[in-house]
Amino acid sequence: MSQTENIRVAGVSIEVWRAGEGRPLLYLHSGEGVEPALSFLQSLSSRYQVIAPSHPGFGGSDLPDHFSSVDDLAYFYLDLVKQLGLEGALLMGSSFGGWIAASMAIKNSGLFSGLVLASPLGAKFGDESTREIADLFSVPQYNLSQVIYADQRKIDYSEWEEKDLVRLARNHRSFALFGWSPTLHDPKLSRRLYRIDLPTLVVWGDRDNVVKPAYGRHYADAISGARFVLIEGAGHYPHVEAQARFEEELASFSDKLPMFAGACPKREGAA
Amino acid sequence: MMQTWYFSEQSYHPAWSEVHGDVRITAASDAIDPATAHRLLNRYIDEWVAADELGFNIMVNEHHATYTCMSVSCMLTLGILANRTKNARLLALGVPLLNRLDPFRIAEEIAYVDCMSGGRLEVGLIKGTPFEMYVSNANPADAMQRYWEAHDVVEKALSHQEGPFSWEGRYFDYRYVNVIPRCYQQPHPPMWLTTLSSATAREAGRRGLVLAITASAPAARMAYPIYREQYQETFGRPAALDRFAFLGYVGIGKDRATGLARGQKVLKFVEATERTAQSFINPPGILSDVDNARILRAGKTTSHRRKVLPDGTPMSDRPVAEEYVKNSVMFAGSPDDIVDQLRAFYDSCGGFGHFLMQMGGELTAAETIDSLELFAREVQPRLREFGIQQAAVA
Repeated sequence: MSQTENIRVAGVSIEVWRAGEGRPLLYLHSGEGVEPALSFLQSLSSRYQVIAPSHPGFGGSDLPDHFSSVDDLAYFYLDLVKQLGLEGALLMGSSFGGWIAASMAIKNSGLFSGLVLASPLGAKFGDESTREIADLFSVPQYNLSQVIYADQRKIDYSEWEEKDLVRLARNHRSFALFGWSPTLHDPKLSRRLYRIDLPTLVVWGDRDNVVKPAYGRHYADAISGARFVLIEGAGHYPHVEAQARFEEELASFSDKLPMFAGACPKREGAA
Repeated sequence: MMQTWYFSEQSYHPAWSEVHGDVRITAASDAIDPATAHRLLNRYIDEWVAADELGFNIMVNEHHATYTCMSVSCMLTLGILANRTKNARLLALGVPLLNRLDPFRIAEEIAYVDCMSGGRLEVGLIKGTPFEMYVSNANPADAMQRYWEAHDVVEKALSHQEGPFSWEGRYFDYRYVNVIPRCYQQPHPPMWLTTLSSATAREAGRRGLVLAITASAPAARMAYPIYREQYQETFGRPAALDRFAFLGYVGIGKDRATGLARGQKVLKFVEATERTAQSFINPPGILSDVDNARILRAGKTTSHRRKVLPDGTPMSDRPVAEEYVKNSVMFAGSPDDIVDQLRAFYDSCGGFGHFLMQMGGELTAAETIDSLELFAREVQPRLREFGIQQAAVA
């Protein structure tokens, strides 16, 4: 059973999808919103208590006028962790959400028991003339799926409901607000990743057309002790495209983590 | 009295047939023959000088990374024309605030050209072409907030003359804003803007800016009444005709066939502008979420210019001059035809005080000069009646 509710954190009303019991896992979605991962999250909820908020500006979440950077989102989510009592949670982010998760862990690793990054964006390792992250804003939104998925699937939106399409369009606009320039990265991030002091799993699809696996290896190398896993046949969403394999990797990673003494999830703050 | 402004985009039209595919953003620059570019750029300046001598005002623009327009800065072109022309008002339409990242420098260049021209400058502070945000890297998602902050910086920089001020805004940060020389026209030249949206038309009316509608008759019929209503509310009097401008393409000849043939050459420019990759037409955040939902459902991006005739039937795949005439986007034919076409459109939208006459395209230098002379001699004197008659009715 999943439940979607709106809660207020630091004065901002946001939509949160929740399901399951067990070790809390805070999932931060990609630039497309939470929807592409819902079936993955549903499956995870048999082992974890999954908390999947829509970022401010995405889904049913408000966008405060002063928000414009990934830092704004990272600080916001650190507040959310404290408010919901998620200390000790496993922190997972996909793509743009991986960038937010890395930024949170840089600021405060002590709040979490582990970090899982599925094809995170946000860092730059190459030189000035090398764009390592595909410019997802130079792709018409209706063609994004062709870049994101290894099978280059084309999603047909012609039968979608108006409200769902408007939601998707707003997600893309907010994604641009946070990621337009520098293109989907923060030039300082790569030099700050060393501050992440957490067991970390970095997962990449070997057919990722948004960010190549070599970039993922750089990402993992920059985080002390991080484990890098390459999943065959997957594109930019390895947790969606190779769900079973991803869940195995996640389980073997999280089973080795000690339960965090402070982990005692509360449900307060629900609006 | 109706003012007519001569405008061409300073295109590098020889490349339109040489370059395959898109001519904007990603087209390689090696189709430029530097000697040809040199000759064309000088030719365009000479045409504006001739227009000045024939009694026209002058309009210039700028674009970036495109074979449709070699002017990369309104104020560069106008800096030359300020020196080479004598009487024409000089309109920049416009300076793209979203794609120019330093409003202080914009203010400085405005003041320079205004001084150089002896107070003949008029300035459109426009948003800019959305797909050029891929070149300037300006964030489209919060474009309107940044646009109005930049607008405020430029206006204050030109108006504030009692020593420097500091500006610590959301988007712009300056220690000392101090524009020297200050403008010739005090406190600053007349300000214009362009729009296709009702919200911006209303804001223009609130600020009393000149509202220019470019190449869309339905947009003029939508925006002018909104402006008039807002202007009346803000200023307590009707907006004068000089608050309204319309840009249309012109193909003029001694007879209808010659005029239409010239119109067809001008339309080569429109064809070229449409050679823009779908990837760049619609950066996220420029259109509303509802509009983007419609695009998602359709699975393709189309130009904002509707390709239908007034009765709803689609235009041809490669529309001809007569079709653009029907849409009041082009005024073409003999001088008599053009007066009739302009009169009908003028009456349909409540009138305007500035006609922005775009030619260029693949017209030759000789055809351009002949067109300007014909228009000055046989059309312009009859346009003067338009405003007078309306004033008498009012």
